[in-house]
Amino acid sequence: MSSIAQKKGFGATIWDFMTTVDHKKIAILYLISGGIFFLIGGLEAMLIRVQLAKAGNDFLSAGTYNEIITMHGTTMIFLAAMPILLAFMNAIMPLQIGARDVAFPFLNSLGFWLFFFGGIFLNLSWFMGGAPDAGWTNYASLALASEGKGIDFYSLGLTISGFGTLIAGINFLVTIINMRAPGMTYMRMPLFTWTTFVASALILLAFPPLTVGLFFMVFDRMFDANFFAVEMGGNTIIWEHLFWIFGHPEVYILILPAFGIFSEIFAIFSRKRLFGYTALVFATILIGFYGFMVWAHHMFTVGLGPTANAVFALATMIIAVPTGIKIFNWLLTIWGGNISFSVPMIYAVAFIPSFVAGGVTGVMQAIAPLDYQLHDSYFIVAHFHYVIVGGVVLAILAGTHLYWPKMFGTMLSEKLGKWTFWFFFIGFHLTFFIQHFLGLMGMPRRVYTFGADQGWDLFNAISSVGALFMAIGVIILLVNVVLTSIKNERVGNDPWGDGRTLEWAIASPPPFYNFAQTPLVRGLDSVWIEKMDGNKKGMIFAEPLGDIHMPNGSIIPFVISLGMFIASFGALYFLDGDKPWALAVLIIGLGITFGSMLLRSLKDDLGFHITKAELLEDAKGGNTDGH
Amino acid sequence: MAHDTHIHVRSQAEFEYTKKKRAEEMRGHLATFAIMIFLTLIAFTMVTAGFSAYLIVPIVLLLAAIQVVLQLYYFMHMSGKGHGMVAFFMFCGMFVAFITILALVTIVWW
Ligand code: HEM
Ligand SMILES: [Cu+2]
Repeated sequence: MSSIAQKKGFGATIWDFMTTVDHKKIAILYLISGGIFFLIGGLEAMLIRVQLAKAGNDFLSAGTYNEIITMHGTTMIFLAAMPILLAFMNAIMPLQIGARDVAFPFLNSLGFWLFFFGGIFLNLSWFMGGAPDAGWTNYASLALASEGKGIDFYSLGLTISGFGTLIAGINFLVTIINMRAPGMTYMRMPLFTWTTFVASALILLAFPPLTVGLFFMVFDRMFDANFFAVEMGGNTIIWEHLFWIFGHPEVYILILPAFGIFSEIFAIFSRKRLFGYTALVFATILIGFYGFMVWAHHMFTVGLGPTANAVFALATMIIAVPTGIKIFNWLLTIWGGNISFSVPMIYAVAFIPSFVAGGVTGVMQAIAPLDYQLHDSYFIVAHFHYVIVGGVVLAILAGTHLYWPKMFGTMLSEKLGKWTFWFFFIGFHLTFFIQHFLGLMGMPRRVYTFGADQGWDLFNAISSVGALFMAIGVIILLVNVVLTSIKNERVGNDPWGDGRTLEWAIASPPPFYNFAQTPLVRGLDSVWIEKMDGNKKGMIFAEPLGDIHMPNGSIIPFVISLGMFIASFGALYFLDGDKPWALAVLIIGLGITFGSMLLRSLKDDLGFHITKAELLEDAKGGNTDGH
Repeated sequence: MAHDTHIHVRSQAEFEYTKKKRAEEMRGHLATFAIMIFLTLIAFTMVTAGFSAYLIVPIVLLLAAIQVVLQLYYFMHMSGKGHGMVAFFMFCGMFVAFITILALVTIVWW
């Protein structure tokens, strides 16, 4: 494992990524696979908008339409937005706290491969007898009545990828609690680390209810267990509760890291310390707490009764308070700053009005009597796209520009970046603003077509054109990525020139062992402090240069996940009764999984050491490639 | 590497201090053990005495909660140093579980 840069063959590179336990490479894996799922989900969105572009369209059949909206939502939430955020957390958070890696590098890899195989499994449903078609919320009565295997793909696929996400969340929690560099107190952690922390806590507490719900769903569908079957004495509403006890925290799992990315951007590009850092931290924690007390606002029209509706309506409105605190703190960070409008900053500034619009419609929906009018209409579709696209996706695009140099060592083109921004931003508002009015005009959500006499033609057509604009924006981003990679102009530690936190004091991309010497942190925005004190390196060290202990790579996480993937097919076909091979597949799959777990626990793997001499060699050669 | 073993010889004062500490801990253990037995007795007596179920159920649940806390703090050393985060996350988990169960009981099953 010498640190001299070598050109590797294609196969060797693939093998390297399959066995890696390095948080930076796992981040790249998350980014690539999340990106591909984002494109798939985007393609599905385009199909939806084509179908709805004119009245009475027959581009998609009703059944196919249901499959496509279900897969669009599920893919975007579970397989695109969350993994891409996990990519940034993996790439940046350990650097921000000055850690060598995450706490459990092996588990980090396992988490990724479980997510990956879960996602592949879910998407294979298209080719194996039909995709799930009961909406991303998969309400039980509808799901139990669904024919074919779509719903089973949904439950099994999400169970596997959910394990992966849970593992990632626990890993980040342990990392942040235990592996902060000397001097990095909680109240000196950068906001992106803070939001990663709270989002991980939400993952830890919110995914178990989903797992329980999915478990019941699998048992109902496959073994006639009747948890949700009303005619057998079950209760279909319990699925809704379980789903939303998970589901509302889930939207905060998505938006909090987005808040974190924007907080970093506001401080860097206003060249100012974040205004109200403490308030931002406490608002984040508070949002995390409240997130668990509001889920029934998705169920106002179920008939929970006036008391329950009133309680949950009030709780929901309270969440707007910490969110508002954040907005004002960001505005005051920009205020009086020395602002540079680079691409990430443009996204951040555009995010504020877009997200506020989504928050305002959210508070409107929180008024239970009004929600009886708005529920299940296009108004809801407009609301959650304003918060998810106007918040999370803008943060993902901004983060891609901001952290691209740190992850890959090259700068995305500013010019193309601005083109992407304008196409995407205009397209976004064109698509979704008008949907508020479609909703108010009575257009229900999740309908595959509408009549020419209903007066919804023009607005739907406009909405479809907007979607085309967004697609163009994304295509320009892809072109940007390709051109930048071909040009391959390497950049230094701090390509934006105003980096404030530790990730900007290390090479881009960082060497595989991260900081050769653990940094010593003297305050919030430690790199900025050192720079102001005239220390060009941006950090001081907490320890002398010495040997570094590193974990070995391993193919076992990949094999464990592959085993689960195979076993899922066995489970899926086992209950058909006429497929005797299915049981064998199930057993083989589980055998692979448990066998490789056993191997891992029996075989000692003590890792290896990088010697001081090699580190010195690295520092001299300025080699930062990490090989 | 930082794995060199470090041998620490305890001074007389340190020795006495730990000894005293241990004795105190032991007393704590015994006292909580007695309390826990006592609480269990109360629970059993209430049931055998045949009080109304509306009285018994809440009180038994309360006693159970107290026992859990005693168990965690005195026998599983949650009061020890460096357990703050663990305690925090446990209480968060209990809190979420409590809200969930409360809501399901009041909304769905009542
Ligand atoms: C100020 C904060 C927010 C408030 C008050 C709020 C309120 C609401 C309410 C009351 C509903 C239910 C509407 C209905 O179905 O009748 C809803 C739906 C939804 N919200 Fe929010 N929300 C907020 C923030 C967010 C955020 C940050 C996200 C995502 C990042 C989000 C994503 C969603 C989604 C996906 C749905 C629709 C779920 C579905 O039925 O398919 N919301 N919101
Ligand atoms: Cu919600």
